[in-house]
Amino acid sequence: MSIATGVLTLNRTDAAFAPAAPATERRPHGLAIAIDGLGKSFGDNRVLDGIDLAIPAGQFVAIVGRSGSGKSTLLRLLLGLETPSAGGFSFRDGERRIDNPRAARVMFQEPRLLPWARVLANVEVGLGADRKSPDARRRALDALRAVDLEEKRGVWPATLSGGQKQRVALARALVSNPRILALDEPLGALDALTRITMQRLLERVWRDQQFTALLVTHDVAEAVTLADRVVLIENGRIALDLAIDLPRPRERGSAAVAALEGRILRELFKGAEAGAP
Amino acid sequence: MTVRTLAARAAGSLAQWALPLAIIAVWQAAASAGLLSTRVLPAPSAVLAAGWRLTLNGELLQNMWVSTWRALVGFVIGGGIGFAFGLANGLSDRSEKVFDSTLQMVRNIPHLALIPLVILWFGIDETAKIFLVALGVFFPVYINTQHGIRSVDPQLIEMGRIYGMTPWDLFWRVLLPGALPSVFVGVRFALGIMWLTLIVAETIAASSGIGYMAMQAREFLLVDVVVLSILIYALLGKLADSAARVLERLCLGWHPAFQKP
Repeated sequence: MSIATGVLTLNRTDAAFAPAAPATERRPHGLAIAIDGLGKSFGDNRVLDGIDLAIPAGQFVAIVGRSGSGKSTLLRLLLGLETPSAGGFSFRDGERRIDNPRAARVMFQEPRLLPWARVLANVEVGLGADRKSPDARRRALDALRAVDLEEKRGVWPATLSGGQKQRVALARALVSNPRILALDEPLGALDALTRITMQRLLERVWRDQQFTALLVTHDVAEAVTLADRVVLIENGRIALDLAIDLPRPRERGSAAVAALEGRILRELFKGAEAGAP
Repeated sequence: MTVRTLAARAAGSLAQWALPLAIIAVWQAAASAGLLSTRVLPAPSAVLAAGWRLTLNGELLQNMWVSTWRALVGFVIGGGIGFAFGLANGLSDRSEKVFDSTLQMVRNIPHLALIPLVILWFGIDETAKIFLVALGVFFPVYINTQHGIRSVDPQLIEMGRIYGMTPWDLFWRVLLPGALPSVFVGVRFALGIMWLTLIVAETIAASSGIGYMAMQAREFLLVDVVVLSILIYALLGKLADSAARVLERLCLGWHPAFQKP
């Protein structure tokens, strides 16, 4: 599946996503995100300053930047965990504006599983208020199956490995069939091999479920491997907005990936030198 | 479960009784050989005989029942109030601001120092003993419940909020289970204080109970009954602690510390 990228205007949202498998022309499941002059200050410290970004429905966007660049704050603003100091954002389904959606789900660097709930119950947490509906159990099992952990449904989280815990967290995020999935360095704490497996899994569920994905990461190679578009945030502003127009699945370490990775890293270092006190 | 693991487990539970049994055997041997004066320490067989005698005339069970009842009622009242204050002050900053420093001041008074005052207030009837037990039990339960609620991982609380948990859900599914290991620490602490308080209270001012039985026996120089009373306190204390451990194991099955290898 190849995705046309670099489409920055909302009007062309629907054209931006071309699902390969289903022949019928249907609207992507994900929501478009329009960010307009978004800013956030903590006291005198201006963390984000006038971010403008239009994300078409179903796009996989990676947000990279150095520590403290404000990339995680951007994600927390979009999830409603922080209130903006300036500007705003909206989620859109086609032309329809969606306020305060239950649509966004998040996966953190830590799995944040409830240690006192078994794996299946932890996945059911992701259903929110639907947890008591009759098909909750079946949906949770489906989500566990999607991350290949169905056989672990009855165990305590403490018995799982780091990668397995993160897969349960992914199942919990996916079980409500979210239209936006925010990923805050979700693979940062995993070993290299597990990371690659998880990247493939993420790509697979994103292609299956067609949500809009926002991946915050400090790993530029990961961003280039997974995303349609890489946004570099530097000192609270967008320093680079780059379409990654490579066929999927992409091979880590291939020449094309490495070239783009190099370009983003050069930009990062340039900003680092300019911004150094 | 194989026969071998069963046998291993039985051997393991027998092992913890080996030392007490050995001590009793040495004690019996020393008493039989005349090395111990019966005025100082009667033989285990004599203590057992005293126990049997008091069981037959109903005195022992009556006194055990009275003591256990006092202990449990005091524990439920003091532990209940402590748990409630612990929850309130753990969950709400405002509640903590209002109550915590006052409670900490009261905590620093040794509750047994209140015995003269309590006798003046309540006389030597049940209320006095229950009051003292409740007061002693209150603080360990209060402090550990509050600490438990406060130390629940804030990342889990944030996760619960993001996933749309109501405050009610958040309490039952995140805060309370997270605080439970600490609450159990408080409960086991409180059980020890419960028996200690009761022994002192019953020895000083009572007309029934194990402590009273011991003091009566001292009047008549019945050393065997005195020793019997002390052993019964040990037994009741051990029983309470075991019950708390079983409950802990049942409630904290998820905790790595309680998972069987």
